[in-house]
Amino acid sequence: MPEPIELKLDHRMDLPDQEDLLDRMAQGVISTPMDRPEGPLKVSGTASYADEDHPPGTAYGWFVRANIAKGWVTGLNTKELQTMPGVLAVIRDDRMIRNPAQGGDAKSPHQGPAEIFYKGQPIALVVAETFEQARDAGLAARAEYKDSSHKAVILPAQAKYEEPRSKQSSQGNLDRAMKKAAFSVDVEYDTPSMSHAAMEPHAAVAWWEDGRLTLRGSYQMLNSNAQELADALGVSVKKVRILSRYVGGGFGSKLGIGHEGVGAAIAAQKLGRPVAIALHRRQVFEATHRRSETRQRVRLCCDADGHLTGIGHEAWVSNLPGEDFSEPVTQATSFTWAGENREIGHYIGRLNLTGAGSMRAPGEAVGVPVTDAAMDELSEAAGIDPVEFRLRNIPETDPSTGKPFSSNRLADCIRIGAERFGWSERPKVPGSRREGEWLIGFGMSAIIRVNMLGDSTARVTLRPDGTALVETDMTDIGTGSYSVLTQIAAEMLGLPPERVTTVLGDSDLPPSIGSGGSRGAASSGSSVMLAARALRGKLAERMGCDEEELTLKDGTVIAGNRQRDLADVLAGDSLQGTGTIRKGKAEDGHRQSSWGAEFCEVAVSSVTGEVHVRRLSGVFAAGRILNAKTARSQCMGGMIFGIGQALHEEVFHDARDGSFMNRDLAEYHVPVNLDVPHMDIELLMDDRDPFANPMQAKGIGELALCGTAGAIVNAIANATGHRFRSFPVTLDKVLEKLG
Amino acid sequence: MKAFDYARAATPADAIGTDARIIAGGTNLLDLMKLQVETPARLIDINHVGLDGVERDGEGLRIGALVRNSDLAAHPAVRQDWPLLSRAILAGASPQLRNRATTGGNLMQRTRCYYFYDVDAPCNKRVPGSGCGAIGGVNRIHAILGASDHCIATYPGDMAVALSALDAVVEVEGPGGRREIAATDFHRLPGDRPDLDTELQPGEMILSVRLPAPLGGRQIYRKVRDRRSYAFALVSVAAVVTMRAGRMDRVRLAFGNVAHKPWRAPAAERMLTGQAPSPELFARAAEAVLEGARGQGHNDFKIPLLRRTLAAVLAEAVQETE
Repeated sequence: MPEPIELKLDHRMDLPDQEDLLDRMAQGVISTPMDRPEGPLKVSGTASYADEDHPPGTAYGWFVRANIAKGWVTGLNTKELQTMPGVLAVIRDDRMIRNPAQGGDAKSPHQGPAEIFYKGQPIALVVAETFEQARDAGLAARAEYKDSSHKAVILPAQAKYEEPRSKQSSQGNLDRAMKKAAFSVDVEYDTPSMSHAAMEPHAAVAWWEDGRLTLRGSYQMLNSNAQELADALGVSVKKVRILSRYVGGGFGSKLGIGHEGVGAAIAAQKLGRPVAIALHRRQVFEATHRRSETRQRVRLCCDADGHLTGIGHEAWVSNLPGEDFSEPVTQATSFTWAGENREIGHYIGRLNLTGAGSMRAPGEAVGVPVTDAAMDELSEAAGIDPVEFRLRNIPETDPSTGKPFSSNRLADCIRIGAERFGWSERPKVPGSRREGEWLIGFGMSAIIRVNMLGDSTARVTLRPDGTALVETDMTDIGTGSYSVLTQIAAEMLGLPPERVTTVLGDSDLPPSIGSGGSRGAASSGSSVMLAARALRGKLAERMGCDEEELTLKDGTVIAGNRQRDLADVLAGDSLQGTGTIRKGKAEDGHRQSSWGAEFCEVAVSSVTGEVHVRRLSGVFAAGRILNAKTARSQCMGGMIFGIGQALHEEVFHDARDGSFMNRDLAEYHVPVNLDVPHMDIELLMDDRDPFANPMQAKGIGELALCGTAGAIVNAIANATGHRFRSFPVTLDKVLEKLG
Repeated sequence: MKAFDYARAATPADAIGTDARIIAGGTNLLDLMKLQVETPARLIDINHVGLDGVERDGEGLRIGALVRNSDLAAHPAVRQDWPLLSRAILAGASPQLRNRATTGGNLMQRTRCYYFYDVDAPCNKRVPGSGCGAIGGVNRIHAILGASDHCIATYPGDMAVALSALDAVVEVEGPGGRREIAATDFHRLPGDRPDLDTELQPGEMILSVRLPAPLGGRQIYRKVRDRRSYAFALVSVAAVVTMRAGRMDRVRLAFGNVAHKPWRAPAAERMLTGQAPSPELFARAAEAVLEGARGQGHNDFKIPLLRRTLAAVLAEAVQETE
């Protein structure tokens, strides 16, 4: 094949998009509910996940866990383990990590397996000929400790909380507003430690060839993951290649390089042969990340007409010592609701528990349900319908900064959702509707998730036969990246999607922001769009027309009254476009967010306190919807995640040593099919946000989660007449109030 | 998983009287072996010894030890005459697990206590003398009845609760011959030997479970849990009530996941038998069931939960059969 003709298009998002380019394309595949190109591979079990393909000669690793919450490892029965069948190595290497990297760190997390910060921390790696031998030896490991457990801080109540200045803010005088207000609430909520519990356990297979590492892993952000891994190993990033073709769910737990990646790379280097490590489910739970527990105080006040005059939101969260990440609970509070007197507080405690990291929609996932439940409480105090109360308090501009919204469809989502759901049938008096032993209630919540853009590059190659190849290191963690990137290229190049091949999940490919923070599709999608646009420019040149006059459709090139086959126009050439999108000033001047509203009907047993979600309905605005099917699936997944958050999910830490006790999927409860009712999902297909990116699309992967649990607890309050301020609302908590 | 020897039994005799651990469906044992909670040196596989039929036994039914849970729950005779059993089985696990799990193996299912599953934690059931992590630890799912200072674990299954209420009998054979154990007595209380879950002696094997003549009446299995499927009970109530002339005639009650064994309450049954139903009577019966009940902190709620669930189940049972 001849050298491709290289083209480039860089774009920094400084100004709102005014071209509406995707709306002017002719192929008609963007936004359609196209099936996943890789779907047949996944449902037939032939898509190969990280641990499903081992090079010949692979050895297997198993991590030894710390059995104390704080202290030092002073010895290990290494000699004994080395004599066990199949054991190749017992590794305690200073490059091994304490906890996985946080998303986007791009440098190694804390290293050194000797000092123990939490129970379950990996302290050694046993490598053997078979997985079973490695596990057997790993479970026979006996460490000696300098035990400082008595100094471990396990309970949030024992922690000393840091108050970083940059994370506190205040305007007006909230205390005074609370005193003067016609109605006010001052309430505390708490949410527990939670775990991502992705279906595919964390796994990595590492091998070195000529001094270069290849790592098949299950990761979300390959560009920064390669940097984290290289930094941990002390090698140049050029010496590291990470492959994550398919990822069986991440939810943030695979944003940063983890024990399995660093451990497999070190072991493969020491042994000179490939090493595979798949974390056991119990290790996934205790040695990756958790979502921090939160304690939240919300103060809200309004005048007699139900207009908010003040809003205060304080959050207490935790993490390991020395970690920068802290659950940004109040992230959406600054702009969602009106009110001139405002206070935000953010406090971080240091605990000897499994490290806290990003879990699906860090911040809003736990913050929005709480502020929204408090909004519900205030609407009840003020005697105003919850829908009406929220509609009265949607601000014209960001109330903290005065900046305009790039687009705010919250009111539309609430109105449309209320209509679709039949909100007018809501029991007006809490606790008044009954069907046998079941108490019936309706609840709703606003849904808010900030929108972000991340620097991303993609390469799109038009081959002489008129087919296209899309390449970027973007990952598909079940979200639909393969689908939407294929559709964007197909739309821009006027190709049927089956003529576009999308290759992802290889850190040698052009770097994207990866999957995380609901920005992957918009960011990597914009880079694909720009790369394809560069190709359009070249095709226009060959047709002797301006790009605006060019129409690409069904593999043909149309300019004026001329229509030619794309392959003819290419004339044996390959065109290779590289597109790069960069964050710019567009996000400085305007508040960007995705929006939604959810409505819920619950039935609460007056006998047992069991809560059944009967209906869950959501309306969402996230700018341009790139694929109606994958977008809907993301919303469905978010809503189901929210059911779990409201009713089921909770890490049980033993208060004595922080042990994560329910570390399997039998006892760490997430919703099962029977817990999930009929769900009605409506996407506002006409929405566009020109400030977001050239596609005018916004994040949708996490959106639907950000409030679901609020809608559910508000419905429980409507059903029972009682407020439940501790998540999850398990039946014991309900029973206590039902009396 | 420790390396182990494996043998396949061709007949029950191959498995009886050996020191090998018997494996049938393996739905619990294999998990425990992977975690090294169980480390048997030898396994004997009884999946090919027969004992997989359900047959009439006079007015009753004899269920082979290797009848799969799915098959038993779907059996027409069980559905017709012992619906409680079918309902209890279907309330447990998942279809995949029920396809594999057997009648005998289900009786041998071990506790779900978190500390039993954690080989780094103290557990008198797993390592006698090591202590009990659950006392003073996380004990939301633990026992409120019949526990000891050595162990507060529960028997977690559903099927055995129904078998207990139905007065089923477990037929076992050991080197000394055959014997019968009432289903209610098959599991034991922990006392100072929580390592012993059941009355099954070393070398003995379960051959079958025998159901006596159908009790008739209304049969209810209500399982209360943290999610709607695929979760162990917090409290389950199995009830059989027949009515005669407005009074409760025959009453059988058994309770799941409140003790180290399916919990029967003969005093409560006697209290109800021959009486006209009333909420006050149900409340007194619940108090009789809960005599001596003690919470461990996180599981305190099981006491009111059992009381309320029993009252609701009884109210439903007497209503439908009037």
